[in-house]
Amino acid sequence: MNVHEYQAKQIFAEYGVPTPKGIMAETVDAAVEAAKELGGPIWVVKAQIHAGGRGLGGGVKLAKSLDEVRELADEILGMTLVTHQTGPEGKLVQKLYIEDGADIKDEFYLSVILDRKLEMPLIMASTEGGMNIEDVAEKTPEKIITVPVDPTIGFQGFHGRELAFGLGITDKGEQKNIITFAQKLYKLYMDKDAEMIEINPLVRTGSGEFLALDGKMGFDNSALYRQPEIAAMRDLSEEDPDEVEAAKYGLSYVALDGEIGCMVNGAGLAMGTMDTINHMGGTPANFLDVGGSANAETVSKGFEIILKNPNVKAIFVNIFGGIVRCDRIANGIIEATKITDVNVPVVVRLDGTNAPEAAEILKNAHIANLIVADDLGDGAAKAVAAAKGEI
Amino acid sequence: MSILVNKDTKVIVQGFTGKEGSFHAEQCIDYGTNIVGGVTPNKGGQVHLGKPVFNTVAEAVASTGATVSMIFVPPAFVGDAVMEAAEAGIELAVIITEGAPVKDMQAAKAYATKHGMKTIGPNCPGIITAEECKIGIMPGMIFKKGNVGLISKSGTLTYEGANQVCNVGYGITTAVGIGGDPIIGLSYKQILPMFEADPDTECIVMIGEIGGDLEIQAAKLIKEQITKPVVAFIAGQTAPKGKTMGHAGAIVSGSAGTAKEKMEALEAAGVKVVVSPAEIGKAVKEVLSK
Repeated sequence: MNVHEYQAKQIFAEYGVPTPKGIMAETVDAAVEAAKELGGPIWVVKAQIHAGGRGLGGGVKLAKSLDEVRELADEILGMTLVTHQTGPEGKLVQKLYIEDGADIKDEFYLSVILDRKLEMPLIMASTEGGMNIEDVAEKTPEKIITVPVDPTIGFQGFHGRELAFGLGITDKGEQKNIITFAQKLYKLYMDKDAEMIEINPLVRTGSGEFLALDGKMGFDNSALYRQPEIAAMRDLSEEDPDEVEAAKYGLSYVALDGEIGCMVNGAGLAMGTMDTINHMGGTPANFLDVGGSANAETVSKGFEIILKNPNVKAIFVNIFGGIVRCDRIANGIIEATKITDVNVPVVVRLDGTNAPEAAEILKNAHIANLIVADDLGDGAAKAVAAAKGEI
Repeated sequence: MSILVNKDTKVIVQGFTGKEGSFHAEQCIDYGTNIVGGVTPNKGGQVHLGKPVFNTVAEAVASTGATVSMIFVPPAFVGDAVMEAAEAGIELAVIITEGAPVKDMQAAKAYATKHGMKTIGPNCPGIITAEECKIGIMPGMIFKKGNVGLISKSGTLTYEGANQVCNVGYGITTAVGIGGDPIIGLSYKQILPMFEADPDTECIVMIGEIGGDLEIQAAKLIKEQITKPVVAFIAGQTAPKGKTMGHAGAIVSGSAGTAKEKMEALEAAGVKVVVSPAEIGKAVKEVLSK
């Protein structure tokens, strides 16, 4: 789960990680009020959406007067911001963050992520602040410092020194500032079950302080049950409504831009099914994992979500029943055709637990549009042909 | 022969009396797995599915001599359960539970390693040695005994792969579902050499997916150490970047962890890489009939 910049900065403040002062605003008037309260004389008006690259997209602008704050707030609020992370459709800006302007001497990059190879948190830093870190990693990998922190010992002085010296910070006061900064950041990473924290840029001010000018945080979904205040920060308007709806029924759904709707049990097989369709000359319209406890209700919900997509020309139901029994899926398919108007061909491949019973159920139901497949390859081929109107 | 588990392996179940634990433990017993007891705090002394229940793993180990534990406890208690098993001297913990916090698994895995306990999972179908011992939730009937070892991050692709191998006339020695979480126990790197050393395994099927670099590490190891033929499939060639595809660990971050780079690395290591899971059986037949 991701949060907005203003929420990440609330968490930073709770842990004493320095940030410029700021206030979230949802209307133009509130933005001006916020600016008055902050005092100025310079403010930054920032669009709050769950995507990076906001500045380049025109969603972060500097204001030198209250009138200018009003002007910019009016311009940014309600705009559809397109960045390299939003996709071409962009994201609607519904919230602003009004922030004090900072006295920037230079810019750094700082993040904490999980290193899957080392199986521990990794602090990453660079003198190349404000740039896309992947570009830095590709072009000048020597400018990225990585400091793994073993949770059994926690953040020690040497971790901090590696960081400070690695960034070429020589002033003793500044060294102390950056070390304390990183130490607090590591603590909140662990305390809050964060998946990643990224500060880009982290700025050094004229007086040698370090400030988080931006803040991006993601959290481990599996740990949200014990992080109620983080879970409460979830902004559903930032998420795909179909994915949210699917999740309510235990379905894992991701929309894609192809023509063949997929309903599969298991994430790996679901991806494998998409790959097979692609290999056979078709295009998958979605990823959909019905999970291990699929029943008539979840399956019919799955159909409903798939069919909302107007590009879908055929559906491929591919189930290898282990825990999930094929007869349940078969009943789900029948149920779905009663509830939802399934107006495209449906190719069904059911294998594994109770597959013969499932075949019997489907046969006796006499559903138009239903095409039975023998195996994965056969099913994918039939789905591709059906989408092209060939069968 | 087989790897890690066989008909003599003594297994206990943590979370034995819960709904999931009971259902799957019974299936395992029916399959022939030597389940010698289970652990549920405050139910010690009871008998469940005809097996003794203990309050702690230490008591269960002392009383039954179990070396493997199958873990079904709810996600919030997985870290605790794994560390208890390690402390009690269990040699292999098979963690089926889905949704354990990553931070808990970091600590639990580090502790298990310190105690020399191997782990499989979490969020996995488990391990099965065909027609001998099933420790997990896979449908046992599709795993016919044979000469192919299988390692997979995905549950249903394990079934798909095993089913195809059997349909083309071969069978399985041992199949291990290693799970798709960001932090997992035994991985390709540890399991491939076990299959290499197993005299009954003549071919290895390896099923991976997008995210992380375990498959890249595997490719390096295959090149250096594995002489038996390997067939591989990597799921997620058509997955979009930056989206988690069901499994918590299945995400392409930036340009890293793509199916393409994994497939290329494996091909360069001499692995027979298939572009669709529908071709696993055919590929196994091809490499085994050479």
